[in-house]
Amino acid sequence: MKSVAIIGASLAGARAAQELRAQGFDGRVVLVGEEPHQPYDRPPLSKAFLAGTAERESLDLLDADDTASLELRLGTRAERLDPAAGRVVLSDGELAVDGVVLATGGRARTLPGTEGIAGVHVLRTLEDSLALREELVPGARIVIVGAGFIGAEVASTARSLGLDVTVLEALETPLARVLGPRLAQACAALHARHGTTLRCGAAVETLLTTGARVTGVRLSGGEELPADVVVVGIGMVPATDWLAGSGLDVGNGVHTSSGLVTGLPNVVAVGDVAAYRHAETGARHRHEHWTNASEQAPVAVANLLAGHVTRHYAPSGYVWSDQYSGTLQLAGHPEPGDEVVFVEGTAEDGAFVATYQRDGATVGVFALNSAKQFTRLRRQALRRPAPVV
Amino acid sequence: MQRACTVDELPPGESVRIAGAEPIAVFNADGELYAIDDTCSHQDASLSEGWLEGCFVECPLHAALFDLRTGMPSCLPAKKPVRTYSVLVDEGVVYVQSDARENAA
Ligand SMILES: Cc1cc2nc3c(=O)[nH]c(=O)nc-3n(C[C@H](O)[C@H](O)[C@H](O)COP(=O)(O)OP(=O)(O)OC[C@H]3O[C@@H](n4cnc5c(N)ncnc54)[C@H](O)[C@@H]3O)c2cc1C
Ligand code: FES
Repeated sequence: MKSVAIIGASLAGARAAQELRAQGFDGRVVLVGEEPHQPYDRPPLSKAFLAGTAERESLDLLDADDTASLELRLGTRAERLDPAAGRVVLSDGELAVDGVVLATGGRARTLPGTEGIAGVHVLRTLEDSLALREELVPGARIVIVGAGFIGAEVASTARSLGLDVTVLEALETPLARVLGPRLAQACAALHARHGTTLRCGAAVETLLTTGARVTGVRLSGGEELPADVVVVGIGMVPATDWLAGSGLDVGNGVHTSSGLVTGLPNVVAVGDVAAYRHAETGARHRHEHWTNASEQAPVAVANLLAGHVTRHYAPSGYVWSDQYSGTLQLAGHPEPGDEVVFVEGTAEDGAFVATYQRDGATVGVFALNSAKQFTRLRRQALRRPAPVV
Repeated sequence: MQRACTVDELPPGESVRIAGAEPIAVFNADGELYAIDDTCSHQDASLSEGWLEGCFVECPLHAALFDLRTGMPSCLPAKKPVRTYSVLVDEGVVYVQSDARENAA
């Protein structure tokens, strides 16, 4: 293999580029990204960067050594993958390569029919964060649609700026699918404790506007909530549109083997866009977390360079989220039926550690503001993969 | 010179944090004592809360690894080194040389 194109210049793409060099690849590496920016890290976009306390350069994912070893094609979109001809069609020309890393992540989901309304935001990119930051001005009333991690983080950042915040959640308990009912409840309680109004079981019917600007939200029961700014945090859609006609298997993400290899041995996928098959359970998963993107890169690159699967991806399931000057940490893959055992503190405390138990084994660890104990349990209890049923 | 703790308070595998404007973390890695900046160079996690493995500490937040001997990160997301300090044991007490900062490699 003499040349590799990496499509998508964010976390997964940047890590793949670094891994190619770290694993001794000395051929040509072209990193293609449609955004005009130097590759940047996204987690601060809903936290310190949104609050205005983190600088742009602290988000940089690549340093000078990294960029010197790459061809960085920014502001360039990949339009088509043509595996038979060994080429990628870019918005500004074509690229002939031997190997391809797909790292195109995803785009924020929007509320249908709300495009172009001033005051309505999603949060995925640097521009999104800058645009939202500009509207988080004193006195602004913020309504956030969706109480997942991003919605909760925006709520907490907006509260830290002293704004009036309401979060709308369609489910009865936000994050219950991710954390199970008990710990999801503990997280939901953080909102009220910090002065955010959380409305569960609330479905948005339509946005109210005056001119081209949002003025409020109407719920399906008819109730109207005034809003100067609406933030839509309802998930993302994997960016696979450009792969139509490539012959690759695409569903909810790019389908890969447990080694992150697609139907073609010289095309691998990493990060938020990769829907891999778990080596042990055979189930297909796609994760939208920082650690997943970072940890998949070395596995995918090793298999790409070897030309066959030498390593399988085993997810650590590690996620963190910063909310209301606290840090939540989760490792493992809990299910709603798992028994929750508190190791330190209780769900009502400002700091606690709990484990998820299934069939006598620890299958997950969750902590609020208890990094040390969390890390210890995560390393000790989850060292061996949990037995799979 | 700053007093960290007694030798008994720092058994192998443990760490202590010396509070201050720039807090320092002291580790006992299988009998060898090391001191580095407590604040991770990536964001602001406390490295004394990290996971000790050999002479590396894993940041408790995003799992960057730091070499306790040099302060250098050996994996992302950290890219900048943390400072290292010399450690001294005198009559059962652990001290850290915090005024004479050693340059990270
Ligand atoms: C606001 C926010 C906060 C987050 N906070 C946390 C957190 O606290 N903890 C955590 O674990 N995770 C967090 N995440 C998730 C984490 O940032 C993502 O998992 C990670 O960014 C995934 O990286 P990726 O490279 O796979 O995809 P992305 O970051 O989505 O990057 C994909 C890149 O590919 C580009 N691209 C797409 N299509 C094309 C094309 N056809 N041609 C060229 N380029 C293309 C896109 O422009 C984009 O730059 C957060 C995400 C967001 C948005
Ligand atoms: S704060 Fe240490 S790795 Fe991020």
